[in-house]
Amino acid sequence: MRRRKLLVAGNGMVGQRLVDRALATDLFDIVVVGEETRPAYDRVALSSWFEGRTEDELSLCGPDVLADKRAEYLLGRRVDAIDIDRRTVTLDDDTVHDYHELVLATGSSPFVPPIPGHDLPGCFVYRTLDDLAAIRERAEGRTSGIVVGGGLLGLEAANALRALGLDTHVVEMAPYPMPQQLGEGGGRMLARWVDLLGVHLHCDVTSERFAPGEDGSVAALHLADGAVLPADVVVFSAGVRPRDQLAREAGLEIGDRGGVLVDDTLATSAPNVWAVGEVAAHRGRCYGLVAPGYAMVDILVARLSGGDERYEGNDLSTKLKLLGVDVASFGASTADGDDIDEVVYHDPVNRIFRRLALDAATGRLLGGTLVGDASGYELLRAVTLGDVDQPAELPAYVLPATVRPPADGELPDNALLCSCNAVSVGIIREAVADGAGTVGDLKACTNAGTSCGGCVPALGALLKTELTSLGVAVSSALCEHFDHSRQELFALIRFRGHRTWAEVLEAHGTGRGCEICRPTVASILASLSNGYVLDGDQAALQDTNDHHLANMQRNGTYSVVPRVPGGEITPDQLIALGQIAKDFGLYTKITGGQRIDLLGAQLSDLPLIWQQVIDAGMESGHAYGKALRTVKSCVGSTWCRYGVQDSVGMAILLEERYRGLRAPHKVKMGVSGCTRECAEAQAKDVGVVATESGWNLYVCGNGGRSPRHADLLATDLEDDQLVQAIDRFLMFYIRTADRLQRTSVWLDSLDGGIDHVSDVVFDDVLGIAGELEADMDRHVQTYECEWKATLADPERLSHFVEFVNAPDERSTPVWITERGQKVPG
Amino acid sequence: MIDDLTDTDLAAMATAVAPVDRLPLDRGVAALVEGEPVAVFRLSDGAIYAIDHVEPFTGVPVLARGLVGSVGDVPTVASPLHKQRFDLRTGVCLDDPDHPVRTWPVEVADDVVHVVHDPHLHSSANPEGPPC
Repeated sequence: MRRRKLLVAGNGMVGQRLVDRALATDLFDIVVVGEETRPAYDRVALSSWFEGRTEDELSLCGPDVLADKRAEYLLGRRVDAIDIDRRTVTLDDDTVHDYHELVLATGSSPFVPPIPGHDLPGCFVYRTLDDLAAIRERAEGRTSGIVVGGGLLGLEAANALRALGLDTHVVEMAPYPMPQQLGEGGGRMLARWVDLLGVHLHCDVTSERFAPGEDGSVAALHLADGAVLPADVVVFSAGVRPRDQLAREAGLEIGDRGGVLVDDTLATSAPNVWAVGEVAAHRGRCYGLVAPGYAMVDILVARLSGGDERYEGNDLSTKLKLLGVDVASFGASTADGDDIDEVVYHDPVNRIFRRLALDAATGRLLGGTLVGDASGYELLRAVTLGDVDQPAELPAYVLPATVRPPADGELPDNALLCSCNAVSVGIIREAVADGAGTVGDLKACTNAGTSCGGCVPALGALLKTELTSLGVAVSSALCEHFDHSRQELFALIRFRGHRTWAEVLEAHGTGRGCEICRPTVASILASLSNGYVLDGDQAALQDTNDHHLANMQRNGTYSVVPRVPGGEITPDQLIALGQIAKDFGLYTKITGGQRIDLLGAQLSDLPLIWQQVIDAGMESGHAYGKALRTVKSCVGSTWCRYGVQDSVGMAILLEERYRGLRAPHKVKMGVSGCTRECAEAQAKDVGVVATESGWNLYVCGNGGRSPRHADLLATDLEDDQLVQAIDRFLMFYIRTADRLQRTSVWLDSLDGGIDHVSDVVFDDVLGIAGELEADMDRHVQTYECEWKATLADPERLSHFVEFVNAPDERSTPVWITERGQKVPG
Repeated sequence: MIDDLTDTDLAAMATAVAPVDRLPLDRGVAALVEGEPVAVFRLSDGAIYAIDHVEPFTGVPVLARGLVGSVGDVPTVASPLHKQRFDLRTGVCLDDPDHPVRTWPVEVADDVVHVVHDPHLHSSANPEGPPC
């Protein structure tokens, strides 16, 4: 085919996808006209700009795209008129451009309801990066925000206003958010999540007028029910309208509810003029999502290249993460009435709502909504589309993943995995068969998971299934040097009594080891009380921090964290730490675990610092180890009017018992003196909460990246019962967890979960309680402060020199001063 | 090892680091070579390698404090900061060929390890893209 000139009006996500796809055919020279001054960017992920994603990261046009000579980008320009007969367009700068094919991808614009005062300064829409920048500027130093509209985008905007520090209200006319997609049950459950975020939701009410403040900009919103809300920043998110003005003026046929009317070939009523994306009205309907736009692009490019594909419309199923909550709707999601049977799972405690709508006559799945847990979405959607046979046990799919036994639901090839980029399960399977072995590979090869990222967990799960079925062992091997899992290696080392790396490698491994297996073996040997961790060939196994018994910072210096058992510290010790910091020029900060971090120490200074710490009656805090860190406590019954037990005393007892205990990952504990729980013990690996008659024991809690409340393991334990239970629990975890697996993740992966832990700890179903206690006892008996052990031995000490041939020299990091202390420059 | 060099030759061309048996096995030490920090590794099979001590991703002198290991037959050290692995023989970064470090020749004379003042930057191996 002869090269043809393709003119694309609009450079949004769909317009850019058209350019990319058309260039791939190499049949077109392209002119793109974009109204914004920047080339296309990911509007779906717009909110992430507030979280620090940069304009460059959001851009859909890398330098190589813009450098492609076959496409010319006219940005900051608008098409003002089309001359259909001459096949030319006129831009707003009066230049005229001819075309063989013209594609309208002008998208849509936000609808601003004509509420009096809607145009006051301080009122915005939420569509472009410029909008976001203006919102952020307006929010500076202000306190309250309003979002008009409780749909998907409105809630996202509300989250952004909240993150900007505004006390945020959402006003929605319907009785609950996202009525069209989620229906009543799902919408009301989503409202609970919104409430949890601290966003105030006002449903079932209309906005009457915006009132200006003294400076003339918006200050308050008057609602129809008489309420008045403070309104420093207002964002309208009340739906979108297709931008069809250009087409109207050119005399193109327009849909009843707006939009440029297209047929199944995406042709408009004018020859050689096409429309895709949100501006196109297909069978009378405009889509406000990116996925249908992308699908239209694929059809149109195929057509323009000589194919005869037809666009048959899009299913509106979506799954996304909204405000951190999994939300999905599929098929006839809100179908209701006498001819519908509904299967509902409603769990207000965990804020999960799942509803399946079945045809009452045939039992066929018609659609559904999932809030708080969207597991099973891909399969359920495929069932509604008829791509896969309906499983006999379908009603069981209403249960969330945590409750439902994992079903072996084989997804059909045409099921959509990534709806943003229209990547099907089949495409992923093909990529895996072609050698993609990681989620990163799949993203690079297929674009799946690169827009909103919501499908990445499903992508990972599919990858694992596919690798297994292809016979690629999804092995539990630690690394290329050991075929064993950590759990197997632990058993081997313990059973055979290995004491050195050389023995372990000789008996069970190959090669020289690596940065994965060496620290793992180091940790196992240490957990089995193998003595000073830098003696013999163990020194060659210790990871960065363990290797120098201090935490390496980003400029190569170290931090020193002395142990402060239970967070109890004397005035003299506080003074001593202050003096040490002054003497060695260290930055000081209180840690989350009730201790004091001294940062910026040079390698060669570490022994001198430790000596002073030990002289002050303190010792190593093992902040550098995958080991017990701290036991946090409140002041308990000693001081507190409400305390019922001596939480500080118990915290110190536990910290001194388990100090230095190496584990698969760090271990944190907490002890609270009453159920007010000021020590936040239920966020710890081991949490102890006082009761009138003893201690409640919680396990496997976690803060950090994936917060998890601890599970209650036992109630009203006496002191010695408590210690025995923790001994057994910790050693069981140390024996059976994977490397770098916190107790929370370990519990989730453990067959039988918390009940199994209870069976092992209290009923000794495995018959190992004696061994677990003996292992712990050996640890307690052989514990020594690693700093003291270093200082006592000149050979060990010689390791703490920066340059082996110039002991008096040291590197010179750049420091700057911030808030009166020195920090890395 | 070059046996025909006199001690004077070596002193002019190289910097003494430490007696061989003072270097820990499968670990690195840092040395100053004409003012430049160099990381020297002695492996358990007897091989001794020297590369730049400065980690090229951050510019921080720490590579001698990394973990020694192997990838296939390649002896490696992993950065103690973010675990990128470097081929001890060539200085090539296995995880990002755009960030190699220099290698320094090593000589042992009278059981003392010396680093020769002649660093080399090897051209990076061709990176493999994603398998598609």
